[in-house]
Amino acid sequence: MNSVVLAAGPAVSARTLTIVLFVVFVAITLWITIWASRQTRSATDFYAGGRSFSSFQNGMAIGGDYMSAASFLGIAGIIALSGYDGFLYSIGFLVAWLVALLLVAELMRNSGKYTMADVLAFRMRQRPVRTAASISTIVVSIFYLIAQMVGAGSLVALLLGIKTGETFMGMSAETAKIVTIILIGILMIVYVVIGGMKGTTYVQIVKAFMLMLGALLMTLLVFVAYKFNISDLLGDAAEKSGKGAAFLEPGQRYGKDIVGNVAASTVSKLDLLSLGLALVLGTAGLPHILIRFYTVPTAKAARRSVVWAIGIIGTFYLMTLALGFGAAALVGSADIAKQDAAGNTAAPQLAQALGEKYLGGSTGGAVLLAVIAAVAFATILAVVAGLTLASSSSVAHDLYANVIKKGQTGERDEVKVARYAAFAIGAIAILLAIFARGLNVAFLVAVAFAIAASANLPAILFSLFWKKFNTRGATWGIYGGLGSALLVVLLSPIVWGGAQSTLPAAKLTPAQAATCGVPADSKEVANASALFSCTTDAPIPFSNPGLISIPLGFLFAAIGAATSRERDEEKYAELEVRSLTGAGAH
Amino acid sequence: MTTDEPEATSGDGGSRYLQVQQSDEFAGLRRAFRRFVFPFTAAFLIWYALYVILSAYARDFMGQKVFGNVNVALIFGLLQFVTTFLIAWLYERYATNKLEPMQESLKAQVEGNGGASTVTEEEPA
Repeated sequence: MNSVVLAAGPAVSARTLTIVLFVVFVAITLWITIWASRQTRSATDFYAGGRSFSSFQNGMAIGGDYMSAASFLGIAGIIALSGYDGFLYSIGFLVAWLVALLLVAELMRNSGKYTMADVLAFRMRQRPVRTAASISTIVVSIFYLIAQMVGAGSLVALLLGIKTGETFMGMSAETAKIVTIILIGILMIVYVVIGGMKGTTYVQIVKAFMLMLGALLMTLLVFVAYKFNISDLLGDAAEKSGKGAAFLEPGQRYGKDIVGNVAASTVSKLDLLSLGLALVLGTAGLPHILIRFYTVPTAKAARRSVVWAIGIIGTFYLMTLALGFGAAALVGSADIAKQDAAGNTAAPQLAQALGEKYLGGSTGGAVLLAVIAAVAFATILAVVAGLTLASSSSVAHDLYANVIKKGQTGERDEVKVARYAAFAIGAIAILLAIFARGLNVAFLVAVAFAIAASANLPAILFSLFWKKFNTRGATWGIYGGLGSALLVVLLSPIVWGGAQSTLPAAKLTPAQAATCGVPADSKEVANASALFSCTTDAPIPFSNPGLISIPLGFLFAAIGAATSRERDEEKYAELEVRSLTGAGAH
Repeated sequence: MTTDEPEATSGDGGSRYLQVQQSDEFAGLRRAFRRFVFPFTAAFLIWYALYVILSAYARDFMGQKVFGNVNVALIFGLLQFVTTFLIAWLYERYATNKLEPMQESLKAQVEGNGGASTVTEEEPA
């Protein structure tokens, strides 16, 4: 037996199998999309899937829209490398759904039609409010899109095992990255343009099934490996991580205690609170999530779909805990960090290890790795399709139909514009993602949540609950929240990576030192992946803008509303009665 | 036409909504809705904030072992899941049993009076 072939064999067959499985997923979803397109005639079909989905279907689709690669690969990776801290993300992402359930879902379903702006502009002057809401929808969606697409680009090399210097089907790792970004981009455009909301929803449902099944299988195998003894699993993970009991406690990654530096510890801890705030308040302001409430016939169904989503998403995040600690225990943090410093390959590597152990040696390992890799691509695809749909709907329904045409346009016309907009936004996202492919963009998802919480949530809540809210309040709130979130990021260590009293110097790898143009033992750099400069000090030491920008968003909205005399008692009565009773709902 | 002016606003539709809004029955629905969602929102936000703040500042407490390798931090995190599921379930029950009957009755009043038949107002308030 030739040992080289044995070693190379599974890797190659896993690669082929991943591609075959992914192609099968794409073929099935494209077939569904074409089928859905035959049933997409009216604007309601295109924007809201004909409002025909059941609450369970929509609950699954919400899960499919929400559980991104960041939550599947990202959280499992953070747990595998930094232990407990990854769990903080899961909890924020889940608890956030209570804001959506209690304060937003039903009221929005009752009073809106196709977009987030329908509710915001309900009792306001249409054009300024819709313009603001549309801009914020597009910014949040594009940020999120870039994070997902760049993520897909870096995953392809890792999941298909293309090492630097190697080629795959004649492509270098770098070319494969670009090709993946373009392919994912084209597919998401096709889903949205052809299938509209109906097609996109089915893609998300299929993806949610695959993701849940894949995660469930791996979780069960992890439990089998530890004979269902959670304490043993945790103990083993802590031991293999080399960090001991601290691995199971908060503080390895966020809110660090930096010995002998009170200022730096304080900044790190406030940054953790800032992240927590953005996670819990961001979800109910994400446009691609909000429009999912319109795909069901009634507010009751919208409420039930959120309850389903909470069950599905909660179960999934509980499983990521097993996956992350399982990867730390069975693969080992060192081996994971060797593959990808950010830990994104923890779940696929765990799949391979589990497959080898329980599903028949190296072939089983290759099969399970391939399945999980295909699930990861399906995951990304479903999320980017949802984002593209949300932003193109807003361009067509808010900007085109209501701002430019002032409501004087036909349904057909509007849907046609939505399809063009999906092309345009998809193309922009592809280009931006190609340019950003070398950057560390993982922070963009957290920033998108912070913007959603700062710009959209204050306007949504005040619109629904505050009688004296008005046009100026909504526009100031949206622009103020959006502007302050962006400004804080621009002044943060994400952009300026210099070490300072509140941000201690990082240990640099030779590659990082070379990129930053400093000697390897330099003490000038705190964040080597800073966007503009590694050595210039950031004016604001927080990487998460939420703690500053969310209160500012609420403040701008409140001051704007209080300084304008505009009130429309009748429209508020209509909004309140309709949102609470469901009378006259679309 | 895809204007977003809701159909029932024209004419006296707006004042009908005002009448309903100022009725005792609607005030009852609003009170019943807010009586649940406001306290529970405050409760879960404080409970979540407590968890995040303890994670940041009370490391010794969070690191205490409860049994085996399971520590307070893990239990506290899992309890966040439990409370989230619990509140979702409680709200679903409350909405179905308490809010929906009130909503149905008010909705029938609004839609029965307004909507297509705009000729007369037979039942003033």
